[in-house]
Amino acid sequence: MNKEIMIKIRQLKIVFGDKTVIDNIDLDVYKGETLAIIGPSGVGKSTITKVLDGLLAPTSGSVIIDGQEITGFDENAWNEIRKHMGVVFQYSALFDFLTVGGNVAFGLNQHFKLPQEEIDAKVAELLDLVGMPGTEELMPAELSGGMKKRVGLARALAIDPSIVFYDEPTSGLDPVMTMTISKLIRKMQQKFNVTSLLVTHDMESCYECADRIAMLYKGKIVQIGTVEEIKNSSNPIVKAFINGWEFKEEENDGSK
Amino acid sequence: MFEDLSRSVGKRILDFTAESGRMTMLWLDTLKHLKEANLKEVVRQMALLGADSLPIVLITILCTGMVFAVQTAKEFVRFGAGSNVGGIVAIAMARELVPVLTGVVVAGRIGAAIAAELGTMKVTEQIDALRVMAANPVGFLVVPRFIALVVMMPLLIIFANLIGNIGGWVVSHYYAGINTFSYQNSIKELAELYDVFGGMIKSSVFGGIIAIVGCYKGLNAPNGAEGVGLATTASVVLSIILIFITNYFLSILIFV
Repeated sequence: MNKEIMIKIRQLKIVFGDKTVIDNIDLDVYKGETLAIIGPSGVGKSTITKVLDGLLAPTSGSVIIDGQEITGFDENAWNEIRKHMGVVFQYSALFDFLTVGGNVAFGLNQHFKLPQEEIDAKVAELLDLVGMPGTEELMPAELSGGMKKRVGLARALAIDPSIVFYDEPTSGLDPVMTMTISKLIRKMQQKFNVTSLLVTHDMESCYECADRIAMLYKGKIVQIGTVEEIKNSSNPIVKAFINGWEFKEEENDGSK
Repeated sequence: MFEDLSRSVGKRILDFTAESGRMTMLWLDTLKHLKEANLKEVVRQMALLGADSLPIVLITILCTGMVFAVQTAKEFVRFGAGSNVGGIVAIAMARELVPVLTGVVVAGRIGAAIAAELGTMKVTEQIDALRVMAANPVGFLVVPRFIALVVMMPLLIIFANLIGNIGGWVVSHYYAGINTFSYQNSIKELAELYDVFGGMIKSSVFGGIIAIVGCYKGLNAPNGAEGVGLATTASVVLSIILIFITNYFLSILIFV
């Protein structure tokens, strides 16, 4: 595997009030790989992606994306780096005042001055790719949850990003749709060689599209490894989580 | 007990000061991004926020003009000042009643709608999505609404003055028996165009207040549907209070 580091996180700490959500974690995401962060709900998985796309300033620590230290970036500097970033939100976050086509074209209009025909062609191509051809004129309110997720995916990929953050892309979907979306994420990564960070607690989807998996628990990364390593993990926390068992803290100390 | 009391009073004062500061920042930020206004969106908001408010404003002001005449016309006739009723109604309407009541009605109808719309966008992560796609929420959402209200409020005022005076005349004529010529003549004698202009300036300021408060409350809505509800109520209450306070100072500044 290409070991060039795309995202390098060092001693990242995020504190809300008196609650430490992320406690001094180190994490590397290699170029072109899909790294999944798993962990129970409310453990701060999404918070990490919020730091990486500039929606939240970390309390302390260093984050280097594509060679640039992003802590301390102002909004203009962020907007520059965001030209290469796609974000798929947990609840799709489609703009409900725009059509499906308008949503997918939003990033293109925002970042690049392209002729309308080129934008239209790109939008059509992306909607085709996510299995929703000809839906440009629909409004988000007319779509089902799965369709919204797919439009969200198309919107994130429209700008040909080199990094994509997926925040629970399969939560709330039926098993068939979960597999469809997971395969799509895999396809994107193989086709465009994007670096992806996938935040999820859906293990099936994780096994389908991740190269490596990191397990986050109580603000720390308890284990990071390939899909096989995680599947065969001897770590009690990881084992309990991926098998859906209740983890009893008093029986284990929770360390590696 | 005294300590608890002073602590809670102190906290409220601090919260209030912090919020005033943040709202002022939004004002300044809005003025700073004024140039980025998307003309198409401004026109859309003008229609939505301004033109569509015309019916409710007209009904409110028609009734106000009529009831004002009911309360004054007969009394004035009794004191032999019946020939002044037209002017009195016109001045009271133009300077105070029309701008303030239009402000209150628009705060209820539009301020609430803005807070609810932006609040919903906030809780469904659409504001975050705008930011990660390099669109500044202030330039994109606040500026068009601000311009629309600042421009449309004075226009609403013109129509409102017209209908208010017609209401006053109908009641004075048919209820108190004041003849039409004397009614019109007293408007010409007593009222000036400056009264209407002064009212228009006031209403423009009120429009700005409604837009900024509505946007501020929406953009800072706490999470969940309940948060949107709270933001909506808070925006109406605060807008109306600010309109009354500002009105006092504007009246002194413009008319004294």
